[in-house]
Amino acid sequence: MLRFSGKNLSFYLLLTPLLLTLVLLVILPQLDMLIVSLRERISYGEYTFSLLHYQEFVNEPFYWNTFLRTAVMSIMATLITLLLAFPIAWYIAKIAQGRNKSLIFLACLIPFWVSELVRTYGWMILLRESGVISVFLQWSGLASGPVEMLYNDITVMTGLVYASMLFMVVPLVSTLEGMDDSLVEAAYDLGASTFTVIRTVILPYAMPGVISGCIVVFMLTLGNYLTPTLLGGKDSLWFTEQIFTQFITRFNWEQGAAFGVLLLSLSSLIVWLGLKLSGQSFKKAVAS
Amino acid sequence: MSVTPDLECRGISKFYGDFQAVNDISFSVPPGSFFSILGPSGCGKTSLLRMLAGFSEPDTGEILIKGNPVAGIPPNKRPVNMVFQHLALFPMMNVGDNIAYGLKRRKVSPQEQRRRVADVLERIGLPGIEKKSVDQLSGGQKQRVAIARCLILEPALLLLDEPLGALDLKLREQMKIELKTLQQTFGTTFVYITHDQSEAMVMSDQVAVMNHGRFEQVGSPQTLYYKPETPFVAGFVGNNNRLRGQVIEAGNGSVKVSTESGQIFHTTSTTHLQQDTPVDLFLRPEAIRIDRESDSLWQNCIKGRIDNILFDGGNSQLLVRDTASPTQLTVALPQTDEYQNLRQGEIIKLGWNSKQSIAFRAG
Ligand SMILES: Nc1ncnc2c1ncn2[C@@H]1O[C@H](COP(=O)(O)OP(=O)(O)O)[C@@H](O)[C@H]1O
Ligand SMILES: [Mg+2]
Repeated sequence: MLRFSGKNLSFYLLLTPLLLTLVLLVILPQLDMLIVSLRERISYGEYTFSLLHYQEFVNEPFYWNTFLRTAVMSIMATLITLLLAFPIAWYIAKIAQGRNKSLIFLACLIPFWVSELVRTYGWMILLRESGVISVFLQWSGLASGPVEMLYNDITVMTGLVYASMLFMVVPLVSTLEGMDDSLVEAAYDLGASTFTVIRTVILPYAMPGVISGCIVVFMLTLGNYLTPTLLGGKDSLWFTEQIFTQFITRFNWEQGAAFGVLLLSLSSLIVWLGLKLSGQSFKKAVAS
Repeated sequence: MSVTPDLECRGISKFYGDFQAVNDISFSVPPGSFFSILGPSGCGKTSLLRMLAGFSEPDTGEILIKGNPVAGIPPNKRPVNMVFQHLALFPMMNVGDNIAYGLKRRKVSPQEQRRRVADVLERIGLPGIEKKSVDQLSGGQKQRVAIARCLILEPALLLLDEPLGALDLKLREQMKIELKTLQQTFGTTFVYITHDQSEAMVMSDQVAVMNHGRFEQVGSPQTLYYKPETPFVAGFVGNNNRLRGQVIEAGNGSVKVSTESGQIFHTTSTTHLQQDTPVDLFLRPEAIRIDRESDSLWQNCIKGRIDNILFDGGNSQLLVRDTASPTQLTVALPQTDEYQNLRQGEIIKLGWNSKQSIAFRAG
């Protein structure tokens, strides 16, 4: 029997809207997508059950190439973000003091005050043929003609990493701040080299933060639409573009829904594999 | 030929900007001894210890460990280990991995690691807890594991930075004895820093009393207690009554002092004091005899009224006010039965001989 009293009551009061949003905005649409993806339109308003749209995905190499490419690029973006964010987080958590600390943190945060569209447009102003960098290179004589830096994988990767930085830095800073500095000194005192200290003490300690940062960044990158489309152009081959095309350009909701379901399964599978490989549990990562 | 000391410091100093945290300190620690550095918080103890461990380098002077200068050698290459104030056990490893950490860094084989970990756990009285996680241990057990983690490496010196500070009083008393026993069974040289004089006195062979970055006096606990060389040591080690006064008659090692409220006391002094020098006179509460009836002859004697009885079992004290002046003295209350019927307001006689008090030039 449930007893609604005191602490219990406030817990359920808080839980209700959370559960409602989860059910209405996440589970319901996903179920709907699943149902839509499993039907085939015979004539106007008439549908039968079919796996056609999943067969379509399997039979068309273009689709699953895009799918794989999106996954690999997202994993790479996650790892690069981790590599760059770790020293920054270490600096913020352990080295910077007082005002400097908040200043650096703010510098990481400020880009997120403007919308993703504006930030991505910023990259375009910098990198396009008639952009700031191209003009500078010509002016300084390093390039003889206009240089196009948009529409390649490196640019897409840069944009993705940039957009993810904060989501990696924040969990890392919060776990690293909880670490007693004397742990590092103790390891060093017991004979460890700098590299060994990082490998045996700092990384294991920061693991929950690393995992939760990686999960968030990976999910955001995999589901990103604006950055790969704007910076990578029409050849960027990002899986979300395929979903967009099916829903909006082709009006093929069934195919779009199938892709959506596939993307969700893919991201869940990769996160699960990542957790298994790093020997961490989802519970621990969430608790950090 | 004398043995090489395990640790020798020659004139080391440490500056933080303009502030001098450690001021020209020299001392040496013989092998196998328990050496404590005792001083109030902020006097530079940790700064000194970190230089010994290699976390910072002295600005002047030289440190020798087993006769070898260690300047420029980083902590991971020094034959010393440190027990940190909050122990710094690795929370993500179990007890066995914590203790084996240093052996792993030395590439000791896994079987050898296991054997030595089991052996050291046996010696600290916690056999078979390798698989326990660190947070399953009690405060005292953590303490011992942290020490074992260092001792397994057989360091020339073990440095301890107030490791008992975080424990509650009962456990602290018990750990004092255990630390001393551990030091004796392992035979490792301990350099122990603390602000707690009782810890230093109980455990140490030698104690250095530190104040404002300097060593005031280095000696055995008995020497510090019975023969303090500076007013700071007299005030910091053990309890003391401090009376302001002036020399009225200077003799050879013994002086006559007139206190501010006009009593005349005979006392000793380690330095030669001129007539009229302002002095502080130190007199231990436990050196004062309470005398109710007899007319035995004391060199110093006052009559006083018991203002208060501070009962604390074996550490009970009386606050006694001189009947002729506002001077108040703290007097230890012996727990022998003749004093159990003392009452507040009673007039008693107090006596002590000149040897039991000491005068220093007032600073
Ligand atoms: N890294 C530092 N920078 C500046 N001042 C410091 C630093 N470390 C310690 N101090 C100062 O040096 C003095 C001695 O500190 P410390 O060695 O920690 O004393 P203790 O361990 O005896 O309490 C203190 O006044 C402290 O504020
Ligand atoms: Mg300290």
